[in-house]
Parts: sequence; C-alpha cells; structure tokens
Amino acid sequence: MDFSSLSPVAMIVLLIGAATPILLAAIGELVVEKSGVLNLGVEGMMIIGAVCGFIVAVNTDSPMLGLVGAAVGGAIVSMVFAFLTQYLLSNQVATGLALTLFGLGMAALMGRSYNGIRPPRMPRLEVEGLTDLPVVGRLFFSHDPVIYGSLVLVFAVWYFLNRTRSGLVLRACGENHEAAHSLGYNVQLIRFGAIMFGGACAGLGGAYVSLVRVPQWTEGMTAGVGWIALAIVVFAAWKPWRVILGAYMFGGITILQLSLQALGISISGAYLSMTPYIVTIVVLVIMSADRKKASINAPACLGKSFHASH
Amino acid sequence: MKFSITLAAAAVMGLALAGSAQAESHEGPVKVGFIYVGTVGDNGWTYQHDQARLEVEAEFGDRVETSYVEAVPEGADAERVMSQMARSGVDIIFTTSFGYMDPTLNVAAEFPDVVFEHATGYKRADNVTTYSARFYEGRYVIGEIAGAMTESNKIGYIASFPIPEVVRGINAAYLGAKSINPDVEFKVVWVYTWLDPGKEADAANALIEQGVDVIMQHTDTPSAMTIAEDKGIFAFGQASDMAAFGPNAQLTSILDDWGPYYIERVQAVMDGTWESVDTWDGIAEGMVAFAPLSDKLPADVAARAEATIAAIAAGEVFPFTGPINKQDGSVWLADGEVADDGTLAGMNFYVEGLDGSLPN
Amino acid sequence: MLRLEQRQQSSKTMLYLTPVLAVVSTMVVGGALFLAMGINPFDAIYLLFIDPFIDSYNLSQLFVKASPLILIAMGLSIGFKAGVWNIGAEGQFVIGALSGGAVGLALWGSTGWWILPLMAVAAAIGGALWALIPAVLKIRFNANEILVSLMLVYVAENLLAQMVQGVLRNPEGMGFPESRNLARNDPTSLPDFFDPLGIDAGGVVMLLLLAGAFFLLQKHALGFQIKLTGESPRAARFAGVKPGIIIAVTLGISGAAAGLAGLFELTGAAGKLTIDFPVGYGFTAIIVAFLGRLNPIGILLAGVVLAGTYIGGENAQFLLKLPAAAVTVFQGMMLFFLLGFEILINYRVIRVRRAA
Repeated sequence: MDFSSLSPVAMIVLLIGAATPILLAAIGELVVEKSGVLNLGVEGMMIIGAVCGFIVAVNTDSPMLGLVGAAVGGAIVSMVFAFLTQYLLSNQVATGLALTLFGLGMAALMGRSYNGIRPPRMPRLEVEGLTDLPVVGRLFFSHDPVIYGSLVLVFAVWYFLNRTRSGLVLRACGENHEAAHSLGYNVQLIRFGAIMFGGACAGLGGAYVSLVRVPQWTEGMTAGVGWIALAIVVFAAWKPWRVILGAYMFGGITILQLSLQALGISISGAYLSMTPYIVTIVVLVIMSADRKKASINAPACLGKSFHASH
Repeated sequence: MKFSITLAAAAVMGLALAGSAQAESHEGPVKVGFIYVGTVGDNGWTYQHDQARLEVEAEFGDRVETSYVEAVPEGADAERVMSQMARSGVDIIFTTSFGYMDPTLNVAAEFPDVVFEHATGYKRADNVTTYSARFYEGRYVIGEIAGAMTESNKIGYIASFPIPEVVRGINAAYLGAKSINPDVEFKVVWVYTWLDPGKEADAANALIEQGVDVIMQHTDTPSAMTIAEDKGIFAFGQASDMAAFGPNAQLTSILDDWGPYYIERVQAVMDGTWESVDTWDGIAEGMVAFAPLSDKLPADVAARAEATIAAIAAGEVFPFTGPINKQDGSVWLADGEVADDGTLAGMNFYVEGLDGSLPN
Repeated sequence: MLRLEQRQQSSKTMLYLTPVLAVVSTMVVGGALFLAMGINPFDAIYLLFIDPFIDSYNLSQLFVKASPLILIAMGLSIGFKAGVWNIGAEGQFVIGALSGGAVGLALWGSTGWWILPLMAVAAAIGGALWALIPAVLKIRFNANEILVSLMLVYVAENLLAQMVQGVLRNPEGMGFPESRNLARNDPTSLPDFFDPLGIDAGGVVMLLLLAGAFFLLQKHALGFQIKLTGESPRAARFAGVKPGIIIAVTLGISGAAAGLAGLFELTGAAGKLTIDFPVGYGFTAIIVAFLGRLNPIGILLAGVVLAGTYIGGENAQFLLKLPAAAVTVFQGMMLFFLLGFEILINYRVIRVRRAA
C-alpha cells in the first residue's frame, strides 16, 4: 500500500467540507447551552434548515437566499422549543427530542415535491493569483463562502461570549439564573434569543448539506449530523475554538478512514466506520483527565428551567 | 362523519375480507399493498418501487386501489403491517426488502387468500412469490463502459453493506471492465449505510483523490454524481436517472424498473391466473434498464455497450462465464461454465483481481 | 396580561386533566393539519388515537411495541433521577442483543429451559458493561457521559454489522448478513404470556422490573441516595453518598435494562440479528421516560400511548394514504402538548393588571 498517495492538503480540504455542517450546528448549540439550555433537537432543526434552504434556493434561483431561508426556518422551528421550555417550563431533554421528531416529519412533508431537482450552485470564492498558489492556494483560497463564514461565526461567538457585556449576561444566565434575574435581566427572553440563534445556525448547517456539500433534497439527508454536533459541544468543553478542533477532527477521521479504504487497506469497513466515534471518546478522555488544564466547563444551570417567582 | 368512522373501523377490523384472489377472476377493484423499507423520498430503492406503484395506478385506473406503508422496520413491525393490510382486504402485497422474508412467510401462512410478492428473497410458499432483478447484468455493461472510459485505469466503487447483491455487483462490474481493459483496478469503499449523502460524497472525494476517474455506486442518493460533476470526472447513476445531478458526469444509469412486473402480477390477480413463481428478470425482460447513454461516450464505446446489452438480452452473453477464479486464485468457474443462480444469489466472495477483503 | 404563579401544592386534578387537555389539543391541531392535506381528520384521529386501543388485533400488538420502550425508559429514569445522562441506550440495546444472541447461537442445537435465562443474563451483563464504559470514564477521567454514551451507539451499530457478516452469520442463510432465527428455535424463543395485549415473557419481566424500580425509588435507601444526588449533589455528598457509586449503579442498571430489552426484541419480535436490528427504541425511550415524569406508572402509560400512535400511524398510512411523515409530525405535536400542558400541575394562570 502506498501511503504517499494520501495528500495531506487534499485531506484537509475534504475534511473541512465534511466538518462544516457539524461546526455550524455545534457553534449555535454552544451558545444555547452557554445560556443554560440543553436543546437535543439539533437534528430536527438541521433538516428543517436543509429543506427550507433548498426550497428557497430553487424558487429564487439564489443559493444565498437559500441560506437565509434556512436560517429563518431553523430559527422559527426552534421557537416552538423556546416557548415550551422557557414559558411553559417543559423538560428540555424531552422537548428537544420531540423537536427532532417533529422536524424530521415536517421537513419530509415540505420536501415532498423536491426530489430529483438540482438546486442552483454555490460559487466558490476564488481569488485571482492566490487560489493558484501551491498548497496555500488550495488550503486557504479554494473554499465556498460558507466555510469562511463558519470560521468567522466561531470567532464572532467567541468574541461575543468573552469580550462583550451581552455575552457576559448570557453566560450569567447559564451559570446562575437566579443571580442574573435578581440583577434585573430577563433570563427567559435571553434564553429565547439564544435558542433562536442556535436554531438559525443548525438551519445553516442543514442547508450547507442540501445546497453546497451534496446539492439535492433527500428525506433524512442530514443522517445524524445533528447528534454529532451535540457531542462536539461537549467535546469542546463549551469553548468556541475547541468546537473547530472537534468538528475538524471528527471530519478528518471520517475522511481518513474512507481514504484508507480507497487505498485498499485490509481492515473491515465496519471497524473503520467506528473510528471517528472511538477517537472522539479517546481524545475527550485525554483532555478531561487533566483536571487542572481543562476545567469542566459545563454551565451550572444547563438543562434547568427557570421561573421568576417574583 | 360517524359513517366514515365506521367505514374506517370496518376496514381496519377486517370485516370486509377479500374473496379468494387465487381461484377466480376478480370483481371490483384489486387492492394492491406495498411495504417499503425506506421512505418514498429516499431517491433510491424505495423511490423506484413507488414509481412502479404509480405505473400500476396509471395502467389500471379505477380497476386498482393501491396503498403503501413506508419506513417499515424489518421484523415484528413488518409482520404487523402486513397482517393489517391483509385484514383490511388487500388482495396482493408487495414486500420490497430482503429483510421482510420471514415476516412475509409468516403472514402469508395466516392469510391463504391473500397473495404476497417478496422482493430479493429466496423462500416461497403457495401464496408467496419471490422476484428480483439481475442488476449484475447492468453492472457488467457499465463495467465495460468504465473500463473503456478510464484513463487512470482506476475505477471507484461506493458500496453500502457487504451483502450478496452488492458483492455480485462489484464482481460483475469488475469482470466487465476487465474484459475491455486488462489493466483496470477497482477501489472499493464501504460506507456502511444506504442513505447518507454526506458520507457518500466523502467516499467519492476520497476515491477521486486516489486517482479514480470513473465512479460507480451502490447507495441510494445522487451525492457521488454531484461530486463527479464538480470534479469533472465520470460516474454512473443508481436506481434512477441521475442526469439532473450530473449532466456531464453521468455516462448512463442502471434503472430499477419494477413497473412492468408489477402490472403483470396485478393483471394475473385480476384474471385469476396468479401463481407462485420465482422471477429473476434482467435486461431481456426490461426489469433492468438504462438511462440514455451519454453523448460523451465515443461512438465505438457506445456501440459496444449497445451490443453487449443486446447480447445479454438475447441470452448470448452471461456476465459470469468461466474461466473465473475466486480472489484467492482457486477455480470458481471452468472455461465456458456459467454460474448457477444459487451461487449468484448468495455470492459472498470476490473474483480474482479485486483487492481488499470481504468480512467473513 | 396573563402570568404564571407557582401553586403551593401540585394539583391532583391537573395531574389527570393535563394529559386529556393535551390529547384534545393534539386532536384539534392535528385534525387541522390532516384537513389541510385533504385527509378526513375524523378518520385519521380515530385510527391514531382510538382504534389502537379497542381493536383486538391492534391490542394484541400494543405491548410488542410498548414493552421495549417501557423497559428501557424504566432503566433510564433511574439514572436521570440521579442526574446521570445516559443517552446511549440504543447502543446498550444492541450490545445486549449481541451478547445474549451470541450465547444462544453458541448453544445452537442444545435444549433446556436454562438456555433462555442464560441468554438474558448475558444480555443484561453485556448491556450493563457497555453502559459502564461511560461510567468508568466519567468516574476515573471526568469524561462527560452524554458524549461517551452517544458515541458508543455508533460503535455498537458497526460492531453489530461486523458480527452479522462474520461469526454470527447464519451458515444456512445463503450468505446474507444475518443470524439464525432465534425466535423459531424452541430453546431460544421467548414464550408468550398474555396474547390479547401482546405481553410475552419479556413483557412480564418488564412489569416486574417496573415494580422493582418503583420499590427502589420509593422505599429503598439507594433510591433515596439516587434522588438526593440528582436534586442536590452537594447535600448528597454531605450525607455520605459516594457519587462514583451512584454513577456506576445507575448507568449499570439502565444498561442492563436496555440490554434485556434488546434480547427480548431479538428472541421475540425480531428473531434475527441483522444490520437493521436497531430501530431507535433507545432514543424514543428517553422521551417515554420524561413523558412519564420519571415515574414507573407514568412511564408505563407513556409507553403504551406512544406505542398506540405507532400502530395507528401504520394503519392510517395505508387506509387513509397519510404519509409516514405526517404521522411523525403528529407524534411530535402530541409530545409538545403533553410536555407543555404539564405546567398547569405546578402553576396556575392568573390575570394581572399592569401597574400604571
């Protein structure tokens, strides 16, 4: 077997594409969880985004408008979850799972007449002169706009959470909602907003699948990416930059195992298919074991309902 | 509205059991039921069966009533759905996945007056027929085309699970390619899923990075086709015509055309001539068909493909004709020997020349 | 303006009334959806909500569908009470079926009453060990159990795929990747118990374990420690509860329950190990656990209601041409209403006048 035919540059380019839906959904969920809410409905919001984005893009002939439609669709469907958990204080875990069920069904109903259609193409951002550079050109200047956007989004989330007052307030809601409330902040409204942001991001992640990565509409096409995104938030210990690490690592292992198969390695595909999950666990264990370095960053109020009693 | 509730209830409770479908010709519309393993929007296997259901409706109009249940898990759920359909007075039930084999036989034993058609299985009964398509004939043809079209001599194959149907397809395609191009090399990637557009695309990309310039797939969605189109290489569609997703990439597509068979079997129920048979149809009968050949094919390649299609249909060419060795070099078929259907049905070995190993 | 005010005491009336309100609301909104799709809403709601519970054939299928959900949810609820988040029951279900099934297949040809119980023990141990992986990683390395248990689902599914193509493949199965049929072989087949409701031996074990869970949580010291850990980890620590033990015990119990459910599914309803053996019971059971408010009786009811809508949904598909997706949407809405109306148990709606 000739391992030299595995080009690192090519693998990195591919893994970024594979990881971007996970990255988008995970960075949204991170903000939701930072505000103290656990929304397990990521998969449902993603598939709604995938179908909304597809429908809008096909009907307007604009992939960019499709992305907007996906974000709006994801945000709208997340409002059901937000209303139930924030104002009717329903259990977040169960409501999130119900949202996944609802989203999968609703997306299938909405997309019934969109099978077999190819949506308008998303152009790549290529910079004259730069894209043609060896290695660097392919690594940094050959992607579609959403990939750059997703990295900007991660930076923006980091900046918002750690460098702005509003971010501090949002984190306060997640760490101690009683205290945030007594300081005069509307915990429920802030969380409502965070949930909608998470829905919009998940929607974008879904539309990245249906419009850019594999331009098509197929029922159930997100195929569990939302669940991986949830795991990546935990993996990242609720730190934005580590979401990039987690998503790219997961995508990278997936690409690597498929590439090894293409090379003709004689390990059963079933075992190779397990590797992204096992590696994620192992790396999490290594990072969590060092208690001094990586404090467990889970928001203290994660998953707990809040009701202002006065 | 009370009335309609009672009607639905009566239907569910099976008060209106159908008369014997086997014995005499049928009065009133024939009720045709379908059990699908995926959803009708899966773009692949189930989608094609549902297209055939619509063909049945178009053919017979008022003389049939069709219904289906989608995404039915194999096992107890399948058995329940079949029983419910049988009790509601359905005359003929198509159970369209291998995993429905035992449930179909169990339910068929309970409802001797209902006839069952089980796709891709091997167990039959008086009221259970099996049917399948010789997709490997189609794969042999696209193998030939791929062997002629590849410049890198590397052909990529995106495979779902190592089941006989998939293994048979890989072997047939390889033999087809090899017959044209002795230097051809197959790279098989197992994705362990039927439907995951993202993973199918990753597999296609990984194959292209390894120098593959023609891709075949045995998964549901047109993902690999969209990647092939982007990267400017060739690909073959699966189950349905995927030209919309790869107008330049698609060389042709193997089509699952169940329509004529379904029409024939429903007609037999109407005529009272239905009997249990084992059908394994291919190109000759039209169950395996092709999307129009791409105009990217050079004239000689297209002509050769047409000729092979005609020869297979005429029974002059059999894809699995000896001499063929197994992967380990042992003799499978002696010179001139043609594989028997039993071995083909359960095929779980690679032929000589293919790399990689199958789990055992 | 309306606002919510916490009740001094939970309302018993509302405890019983809210599920009714939720079901009625689901009927109204779901009916509107069906009407919009051109389907007679009365027929649809009859088939989804009433027929599963009155038609004798449907009833005979009720616990076939409900038993695994209830058994898994029962196990999960104990962990959830302790604040231990096992969301990988699907994987433990698969491993239970694999380990119990492997024992049954290894003993193929032998007879004896002890074979099935031995398989059940193997399944429970297999499921428990699989669940103890996240437990140990959490206790020893501080690794989050949500992530580990979820990732192990995918590992288990791939392991299953490998096994049914390899060592557990039926030697007489024409090369197809599936095991022998354990339900068609007397020593490994799960006996029926009460056919009119579809309760088999697994269903009986499920009901006994449900009673056991009730006892554990209400009467036993361990149950108290579990609940205390969930409500106030710090208080639990002061009371001398060792958090590691609670994590291991609760994950072990939920894994064992899921593993057993896997075996019962294998030796009863499914018969064979195949690549498609897992159909999502492990995830749906999480909903059942919370819908039942982590209470054994609540879980029983929630499991039965959900199972009914699955059965009714299948019937509605072919009798009314309702797409499967519409049934899923309907179930999602029902869950939303059930979860939303719960607020009325502990809160009342009052009208407040905005101060000028």
